Order: sequence, then structure tokens, then C-alpha cells
Amino acid sequence: MRKPLPVAGSSRALRYLGLRCLQAVPTVIAIAVLNFFFLRLAPGDLVDTMAGEAGAATPEYMAMLRQLYGLDQPVWTQFLHYLSRLAHLNLGYSFRNSTTVLDLILSRLPNTALLMLSSLAVALVGGVALGTIGARWRGRWPDALISAISTVGFATPLFWIGLMLIVLFSVHLRWLPAGGMTDVEGGRTGLPYLLDVARHLVLPVFSLAVFYVTIYARMTRSAVLEVRELDFVRTARAKGLAPRKVMSRHVLRNALLPIVTMTGLQFGTLLSGSVVIETVFAWPGMGRLAFDAVFQRDLNLLLGVLLFSSCLVVVSNLCTDLLYSVLDPRIEVR
Amino acid sequence: MHRPSAWLSTRRSVLAAGTAGLAAATLSRGAHAGDVAKPGGTLVVVLDPEPAGLVAGISISAPAVAVSSNIFDGLVVLDEAFAPRPQLAESWETSPDGLSITFRLRKDVSWHDGRPFTSADVQYSLMEVTKKTHPRGNAVFANLTAVETPDPHTSVFRFSRPSPVVWAALEGTETQILPRHLYEGTNPIANPWTAKPIGTGAFVFKEWVRGDRIVLERNPNYWDKGRPLLDRIVFRTIRDAGSRTATLEAGEAQYGAMNPVSLADTERLRGSADLTVETRGFEGSAPMYFFDFNMRRKPFDDIRVRQAFAHAIDRTALARTIWYGLAEPATGPIPNYQKAFYNPDTPQYAFDPKKAEALLDEAGLKRGPGGVRLRIDHIPCAYGDDYIRAAEFYRQALKRIGVELRVRTFDLPTYLRVIFTDYDFDTHSAWYSAYPDPQIGVQRRYWSQAIKKGTPSSNASQVADPDLDRVIEAIQVAGDPAERNALIRRFQSVAQEKLPSINLLELKFFRVYAKNLDGISFAPFGGYQSFKTVSTSA
Repeated sequence: MRKPLPVAGSSRALRYLGLRCLQAVPTVIAIAVLNFFFLRLAPGDLVDTMAGEAGAATPEYMAMLRQLYGLDQPVWTQFLHYLSRLAHLNLGYSFRNSTTVLDLILSRLPNTALLMLSSLAVALVGGVALGTIGARWRGRWPDALISAISTVGFATPLFWIGLMLIVLFSVHLRWLPAGGMTDVEGGRTGLPYLLDVARHLVLPVFSLAVFYVTIYARMTRSAVLEVRELDFVRTARAKGLAPRKVMSRHVLRNALLPIVTMTGLQFGTLLSGSVVIETVFAWPGMGRLAFDAVFQRDLNLLLGVLLFSSCLVVVSNLCTDLLYSVLDPRIEVR
Repeated sequence: MHRPSAWLSTRRSVLAAGTAGLAAATLSRGAHAGDVAKPGGTLVVVLDPEPAGLVAGISISAPAVAVSSNIFDGLVVLDEAFAPRPQLAESWETSPDGLSITFRLRKDVSWHDGRPFTSADVQYSLMEVTKKTHPRGNAVFANLTAVETPDPHTSVFRFSRPSPVVWAALEGTETQILPRHLYEGTNPIANPWTAKPIGTGAFVFKEWVRGDRIVLERNPNYWDKGRPLLDRIVFRTIRDAGSRTATLEAGEAQYGAMNPVSLADTERLRGSADLTVETRGFEGSAPMYFFDFNMRRKPFDDIRVRQAFAHAIDRTALARTIWYGLAEPATGPIPNYQKAFYNPDTPQYAFDPKKAEALLDEAGLKRGPGGVRLRIDHIPCAYGDDYIRAAEFYRQALKRIGVELRVRTFDLPTYLRVIFTDYDFDTHSAWYSAYPDPQIGVQRRYWSQAIKKGTPSSNASQVADPDLDRVIEAIQVAGDPAERNALIRRFQSVAQEKLPSINLLELKFFRVYAKNLDGISFAPFGGYQSFKTVSTSA
């Protein structure tokens, strides 16, 4: 039965990959152009916001800022500047943050990746396990318990879970830090640094995982229940395979496809971060970067973040497609 | 009563160098008897939002000032009576005609990069930075024509006209002295040093991790010997108010600047054993909360309608319920704690719904179907949920007198456009800083020349009244402080009488900090000042 896992014909796979990348180019360009014009529909600009924050301003001051930021030029001129910057792979400068957009994104991306990938991993492992248990003991108490817990987890607002965890574990028990990514004393390197980050990671990861675990548990449960009734499972059972082996090798593997689809879809949006959790736990990630940029009308930054995120979605979709054919060799890339 | 005229007495030689440190020390109280200030340690401050830049003299905003005042000193600092005290300037004298001020500068001050601080830095900062790139500098220092530098430690400010108002702006929280050698020939706003500042202050910039923290360290070469006491300050950006409360309660931060927690939480924290909720230290920014009418729309051209609204709002209840007591009813446009300017005898509009209804009847606005006389909109400022709750309060209050208020809310940039560019509102509520001098913060609400389309915090009601204009313009040119104060008192009466805007509340901004902190400043700008005198008690 077993075929070698790698995709049949590596040259074909490469050609596929190249083709998909080429197809992605116009998509990304279209996104960049649409973003540019859509974001301009929001009333107010960066200078309004900065004058608002300053508490007072004069028209001359505001005109000076608009000239400095290039906001006094016609939209078409600004658009051409934007395109030429993109052609040079230059995402521009964020005047609200006094640094370049690329620096901001690159400094936030690893933080978000760490937070979201940890949460996804916890949610995925937990969700598949819980879903399998639920399906295995369908209708009995473990199933009911898991279903009840996951319903509550899904229905509870994220910020509330986060705040309650902070109140319990940081304010009352003082076991874990209330927020941030590292201790304020700083200066740690190596293992102590990793442990410090891990301590800060526990609460936000748990909050996010509570939310995502529900989705995976429910999907796994229904997929397992469906696959379990299929002919090849009966055959496996009939030939005397141990129930555990049937479950792990035959049922779960086939039940995983919808999970992969879901994960792939989520993965792309995952790296744009979770605004709620990053805000509640003061985690310096991409979600907050984009969220603040919206309310500050920091268009350079917002355009940069959106473009970056759209590229990530395109790439993660591609990876998902490739993963399908690894999991189920009947699905071929072409 | 303190009279700012004392600031300007001619040839008044102020405190000698030796007492400067002492003067700074008297600005801060709060050390408990018997406790010993313990030098060293890290102070963690929660700050929100993250500032755009760390040089407040260039990109000024409340959080920028809170960070920047630790890195930069100003020429003077205002004491609790709003009188200037020496900082980078050791002493000063004003010429009899009020057309020049001579500042003698400290000789033992160097920039954090080791270069000496001189009068050339003062000249550059005032003429090239404050006058050109500060959002209000070109208005406040409009009459400043030159800063002369006869020697490296003397700066002479030359004015085309006496300008008593500048004393309210010379503190480092408003007008910073920047290093000329790093800024000259550049546009200060785009200068990279704005994100990694070099100052003269008690703390040296260490790092800025965007979205996370700003770290400052003790300046070992600071001119004020024995200061600062702390080794480090870490400003942490925490966007969520609930998380800021938790961080302070967990003891992970010891100081929350500028309304760090929600008003609802202050009630609980005021009973806390570890934390103090302190409202002193904001008398310099002096937030005044008001209710504007769009004077170019009917029926607000009728004074009886405006008076009716003023009588319909119970400001005491507003302060107690929406602001949890962290506000006081205002009697005019200037807060009562600015004693030198405040006028207690101005026309008042007591809470009296019956009178309000009678005034509306008189104005021809009779109750129609459903008891409604008038349908209008109201836009609260977009600085937080408290202001939206206050708008609901007005909706309830005005419903009683037959006025139906539709509350419209927006995000900050949209709000600024709708109010200050489109003027698309019937009524509007917001707060402006009055600042230590009404010429900076108050006249902009009442002066016809302050109707500046597209400029936030300008004359939104668009009131253009010859009586108001006359008294405001007289204040601007008055050189004699006594005459000027009399005009300012008259201005308050005229403002209350004409009522283009109802003065609702003197808001009390607050700080939340650990009870074991000593040396907190309660000066008018204490809420934003340097932590150089702060320590944790043993």
C-alpha cells in the first residue's frame, strides 16, 4: 500500500511551484493598489491625528507636516511614489513611529510568529486529542464534558479570558507576569532569556488556545466519526488490527484533511496577529501594529503591513496545497 | 493670592546657583517622615499611547512629554504657585520696558554626548525649533524676534512687544532646549536623533523597543549633584486599560502616568493599600471640559436656547456619576486653582430644568408631537468611552426639556475632521488644556481669529463676537501684568455672558503610583515632570 511520501516527480512539483508564484504576483499587486485607494476613503490623516495628540496646533504647523510627509501632493503623485517605492522593495517610513516600516514589521513578526505558532500548536494537539476522545466515547460523559467545555471556551470573549487569567495568575497568585514579552530588567541571554520569554508566553498562548482548540476538537470529532464508518476501516478492523492502530493509522490520518484545510486557512491570517490578545497582554506583535496604524492613519505603515500579510496568505495557501498531496497521495499537484 | 506680576518685576535677580538644587527639591514633597530615600533601583512606568518621538519639543504629546522631561531640562520649571524657578537658567532679569529677558545659564551642564551646553543651543532651540516646528510655539513666541548670545552662558530674548505669556511656556515640558550641534541644518522633525535623543537631563536614553518599552538610565554627569536617585526608568506601552490596572496591582509597574486606569477602577484603587490615586500635578495642563454650540446653525444663534441648555445640565451630577468625583463643576473657562487669573464672579447657570423650558418657550421652541421641541445631534470627543457616556448623560438631561439629542461617535481622525474641518455638528463636547496662561489654552475657544478650518483644538463653535474679540485682543497686547489680569477677569465674565460654549467641568487628571514612592512632584506640570527626585523608600 505504501508509496514513498514525496510528491511524484519533483520537476513537476517545481514547475507547479513556479507557476503558482507567478500567478500570485498580479494578485499581490492588485491588493497593493486597492489598499492604497481604499485606505484613503477613511476621513482624516496622520497630521490630523498628530495635531490632535499634540493638544493644539496652528494651520502653519499642519501645513508644514503635510509637506514633509508628502500628504500635500495630489493622490496620483502619491500613488506613483508608492508604486516606485514598491518596485524598489521599499515599504517607506512611519512618521508616527519615527522609523522605517520594514524595521517595524521585522521587529514584530518574530513576536507574533512565536505567539501564534505556539497557540496553534497547543490548539492543534489539544483539539485533535480532545476530538478523538470525544468521537471514541461518543455520547458518553467524556464526549459531553469536552463538548461543554469547548462550547464555553468558544463563546467566551477572548479579552475576558485574558483579563481573568491576568487577575488570577498575576494579580492574586503572582505566579506569572501580567504582560509584555520579557522582564523589564532585561539583560538576559541564552537559557534564562528563553525561560523568561516562556513565562511571559504562558497566559497569552493559553488564552488563544482555549479559543482555537474548540474549532479543532469539533472538526476532529465529526471527521473521525465519519471516517470510522467507511469501508476501509471496517476492513482494517476485520483483518484484526488493534483498535488503537486502526484509529491512529487509518482513521485519524484520513480525518486530518479538513483539519489541514482549516489550519492552512488560519495560518495565513495567524501571522497578522491577534489584536485582542496582543492588546490585553501588551505583546508587541503585528496585530497591534496594524490596529494602531488604522487609528493613527499611519498609511505608510498600514499599507506595508497589509501587503506583507497578503504575501503571507498567498504563501501559506501554497504550502497547504502542497501538504494535501503529502497527506493524501491521491491528490496530485499539477 | 499669588500675582504673576512678581515674575516680571524689573531687574529681579533670582535665586543664586547654589540654591537651585534646593529649589528643585522643594518642588516635590511626599516623603513620609522617618523614611529614608533609597537611591538606585528601576522604576517601571506604564504609558499609553506610545509617543511618536522622544523629543517633546519637536513632536509634542502628553506621553512624549512624560518621557522627554527626563532626558531634557528646560530653562525654568514652574513651582506650585506657577512661579518660574531656575533649571538650565540660573537667573534672569526682564528689562523695564518688557522687551527683553536676559537669562544667565548654568556653566556646568553638558549634553549626554559630552559636548558643553551653551547659549547657542538656546538660540537655536527657540528660533529654529520652537518657533518653526512646535505646534503652538509660533503663536506663543510670536513676538520673540531674536535670541542674542553675548557670551556662551548668556541668552538675551528680544521681543517686539511685551509678552508675559511666554513664562507659561518656558518650562521644559513645553519648550525644550535641544543640542544645536545635532540638529542644525536639518529638519528637526525628520532628524534621526528624535528617536534616540541626546539631552541635558537627569536620565540618558538607552533603548526604544517600539510597541514594548523605552528605557532610560541614570545620567552620572548630571549638573544637579546627588540626582537622579533612580538607576533606570522603563516606560512600558500597555494599550488596554484593564491590563494597566492589573500591571499596577500586580506590582509589575510602580507608576501610571496620565489617567492610566479607567475611571471606574479609580474608585477601587483609591481604597488600595499599595497604590495612590493622585490628582495634583495637572494644574499646568488644566483640562477644561465644555459643551459647544455650533454658532452658525439655528437655533443656537438665540442666546435663550444656549442658556436653556446650560440650565438643563446638572454638572454636579455629571461630575459625580460619569467622572466618579474626579472632576469639579466649572464656573467659567479658567479653572479655580489658577488663582492669579480665576474670576469667581461671573454669570452662572444653575441646574433648573423649569427655567430651561421657559427659556425655550420664549425662544419659540414649543413642545410638538411626542413632547419634542427640537431634534439635534451631539458629537462627543473621541478620547475615550467616558466622553460617550457623558453624551448619554446630556441626551437624558435634554430629553427632560423636550430636546432630542442624537449622539454621533467616530474614531479620532474622523472626529477631528468632522468637528474642525467640516464643522458638521449641532453640539459638541470636549476638553482643551487651559495651560498656565489663558492666552495659550482658553482664548482659542472664543476668539474669531481662532476659527481655523482644519486645525484641531481651535474655535469649533465658530463664535465671532466683537465684545469677546476686543477683550481677547486687549489681553494679547497688555504688557502690564496687573492690567492684563484685570482684562483676563473681564474676559471670563464676557465668555460666561455670551455663552457660545457651556463650561461644564474642571477635569481632574490623575496618576496612579505605588505608595512607597517618594519625591513625586506636585508642581503644575508634576504629572509630566522628570523623575529625578523620585526614589523608593526603604
